[in-house]
Amino acid sequence: MTARFDLSRPLMMAVAALLAVMIVLPMGWLVVYAFADKAGNPTLANFVTLFTDPDFLDPLITTLIIAFSTSAVCCVIAAPLGWLVARTDMPLGRTFRVLVMASLVTPPFVGAIAWEMLAAPNSGLLNQVWRMLTGMPSDEALFDIYTLPGLIFVIACYTFPYVFILVANALDRMPGELEDASSMLGAGTWATARRITIPLALPTLAAGALIAFLQALNIFGSPAILAIPAGFNTLTTKIWSLFAFPPKPELAAASALPLLVLTVALLRTQSLVLGRRGYAVLGGKYGAPRVVRLGGLRLPAAALAIFVLSLPLFLPYAALLNTAFSPVSSQFVTPETFTLRNVIFTFRELSSTLPAMQNTFILATLSATVGAALSLLIAYVVARQAIKGWRFLDFLATAPLAIPGIVLGVGLFLAYTRPPLTLYGTLWILLIAFVTIELPAAYQQIRSAFHAVHPELEEAGRMLGATRMRTLWDITGPLLRASAIATWCFVFVGVIRELSAAVILFTSETKVVAVLIFDLKESGDVGAIAVLSLTIVVITTVVIALANRLRGGRASLRAAA
Amino acid sequence: MTQKFTRRHVLAGATVVAASGFVGRAQAAPAAEKITQTLIDAAKKEGKATWYTSVDLPLAEKVAKAFQAKYPGVSLKVERSGAERNFQRISQEYASKIYNCDVVNSSDAAHLIIWKREKLLAAYVPEDVARDFPATHKDADGMYASWRVTLCPVAYNTKLVKAEDAPKSYADLLDPKWMGKIVKAHPGYSGTIMTATQQLSRDLGWSWFEKLSKQKIMQVQSATEPPKKIGQGERAIMADGGEYVVLEMKARGEPVEVVYPTEGTPLITGPSGIMAHAPNPNAARLFYAWSMTAEAQQLNVDAGGLRSAHPKVADKAGVRKFADIKTLKEEANVVADKADSIKAQYVKYFKV
Repeated sequence: MTARFDLSRPLMMAVAALLAVMIVLPMGWLVVYAFADKAGNPTLANFVTLFTDPDFLDPLITTLIIAFSTSAVCCVIAAPLGWLVARTDMPLGRTFRVLVMASLVTPPFVGAIAWEMLAAPNSGLLNQVWRMLTGMPSDEALFDIYTLPGLIFVIACYTFPYVFILVANALDRMPGELEDASSMLGAGTWATARRITIPLALPTLAAGALIAFLQALNIFGSPAILAIPAGFNTLTTKIWSLFAFPPKPELAAASALPLLVLTVALLRTQSLVLGRRGYAVLGGKYGAPRVVRLGGLRLPAAALAIFVLSLPLFLPYAALLNTAFSPVSSQFVTPETFTLRNVIFTFRELSSTLPAMQNTFILATLSATVGAALSLLIAYVVARQAIKGWRFLDFLATAPLAIPGIVLGVGLFLAYTRPPLTLYGTLWILLIAFVTIELPAAYQQIRSAFHAVHPELEEAGRMLGATRMRTLWDITGPLLRASAIATWCFVFVGVIRELSAAVILFTSETKVVAVLIFDLKESGDVGAIAVLSLTIVVITTVVIALANRLRGGRASLRAAA
Repeated sequence: MTQKFTRRHVLAGATVVAASGFVGRAQAAPAAEKITQTLIDAAKKEGKATWYTSVDLPLAEKVAKAFQAKYPGVSLKVERSGAERNFQRISQEYASKIYNCDVVNSSDAAHLIIWKREKLLAAYVPEDVARDFPATHKDADGMYASWRVTLCPVAYNTKLVKAEDAPKSYADLLDPKWMGKIVKAHPGYSGTIMTATQQLSRDLGWSWFEKLSKQKIMQVQSATEPPKKIGQGERAIMADGGEYVVLEMKARGEPVEVVYPTEGTPLITGPSGIMAHAPNPNAARLFYAWSMTAEAQQLNVDAGGLRSAHPKVADKAGVRKFADIKTLKEEANVVADKADSIKAQYVKYFKV
């Protein structure tokens, strides 16, 4: 046994304590509040209200409709596109893949606002174009975004990329031999697809459907922007409205619990269902997947892909650019009407712009760094089973997946507006929220990367007398650099997109850009919103590009050496 | 000896309380204060102040710029949100002992009454308020004064609706021809709309709101948004919203026109006050005092389309004179006690 003090044990304990502060405490307060009345006495009255009062029941049902529909729409769109990109000779496949990833940089609430500009029934640019083309009367509309289908459409626009990426990656990895065997046995392309490819892709699609369902279930920004003008609430907007004066945190907590329970139940079901089936297609060496020749369908397929990309990407950004440089958002900008008024207003007059930008990028950088470091540590402990409670750590790091952003916001608010840790009003509470929200995905990325690093390398280091921390630093770390940077970027983007927890936790001194945009939305200052949104998207893209260059640059250096 | 309370003790105590209350009234507001060099220097030392307001953001930032130009070295940070949300945020922040706000302005005058009751305001009477403001526009104890006055009228888009077809009254808004063409702001968010909803529900009855809710209205949040929605042509008519925003847009050449309904137009006063816990008390006083001067009030009118309680301020040219408009009676004290039930009743009809 080495006599040198090994720092790893206390550090691991600290990580476990930190996770408890981040997750256990807020969720504990949430449950306490949900089962208490205003005076703090135990009661079930909050749940009676929740399930009998139509003011609560209607949003609950609406939310479920939205989640199911979004999930279905995402699968219907993402599955064929994933197949086209991964398994056919459709032109521009790679570009398409990169652009779908890029569309994830767009915060969904910004997408919702952009779609208002495009498809508001009267002033929407698409409706105006349609009227010009067809002479449709001015009080009729081709699209009305302020409807339930409109909302589902917008949520799906910014959720389908997740499903698409999952499906495309799974199809990439699928062994070509099985399909080859099928065709050698005389099955045609379609029979092979039906009998082999689709069944193999199904578990991934189910996982994608679940992710889409959860995203739609827990989203706050898009419904707040589109559902309220349409005259209905979702559960998240209802929870948010319960924070209006006089605040009813006990009802908010009670309304948050169904979201939490449903999310946990779904994740559990998934692991039960998928856990039993053996879809071990990974392992050993397989041939590259067969490429299906589309022939005459190549161009129509590419056109379809471009059309789908225009919905989350091209059209919304065109609308934002138009609004940024136009005096009125419902007018097409022309050389005569082109104006910098919105830009000047946003950067010279709006006093919240710079503080909010500063807060946002400080928080994004910190959250990404802390999140990636924490994920690395936990993944290490779990992968090497380094301490006794590693299973518990694994659970805690995955658990926030089951906590919707707004629920976590409520829980953190209840937990940290009181001693001993009065964090409300500081950036710390936002940092905790953001790291907690992003941790599960970050952790899972790193964990899978860890499995690829063989423990022998570390053991060699340990045998030569290095402490665990030193081995981690000198050996494991460098091997994981690429994954760590990817995770860092992922958290960074996640923080920029986050609104639902921030909207509960901000104060005037700790406002982030997402909240500022949300405030501007409520007073209808869309010009400033367009300028701000484009600015943060550009900055985020630059940061991601730089981070990736760091990864690519180092990797290629090493390869050259 | 144990103290025994008799009815006489209680009565005596009550008399003392009543008397002290009366004395408090008689002492009333502190003496009027000029903007002195000492105050300016103290404010500059603090260097900054934070102003929570619900006035339309571009106007709020113009006011901040004008103040900073007048007193270089004191920066003013604008925290603009709906009055009802600012009210909620101040209570949420204060519950955690977070004191960010120096000067507060609300389009729901009831808020100032409540803050005064809760002893959250500091008494301060600028010279202009003491000398010029009418009694109805200032607190007897010097806690607040009407920084802005506006109305909550109806308006329409002149490209979509001809002047002769435009609604003339609130009753006209119930005409089926406006189905799906009306935009309206929310009393749970906007102080202007909260104040107007109390007046309209009192004078027209809640049945008017119930009928309006059947008109497939577009529900937005802030009273500053309906004017922008009709300006964009997203809806033809606004059922409520800030008059000043419409007037300012019209002055900029946008196709909007105000209608002062025949039943009368809700009157909205937006008082300001200094928070007792203001982190920058001198900068707060300086900004508050300046914001009540004829010069600052004239800026509100000329650049923002607001009305003013300051008698030395002239109405904006080309705008109907305030005195010529039939207004509904504002009852901030009623709103102060009934805001929650007004909101609940509203949600019952409009669903959000």
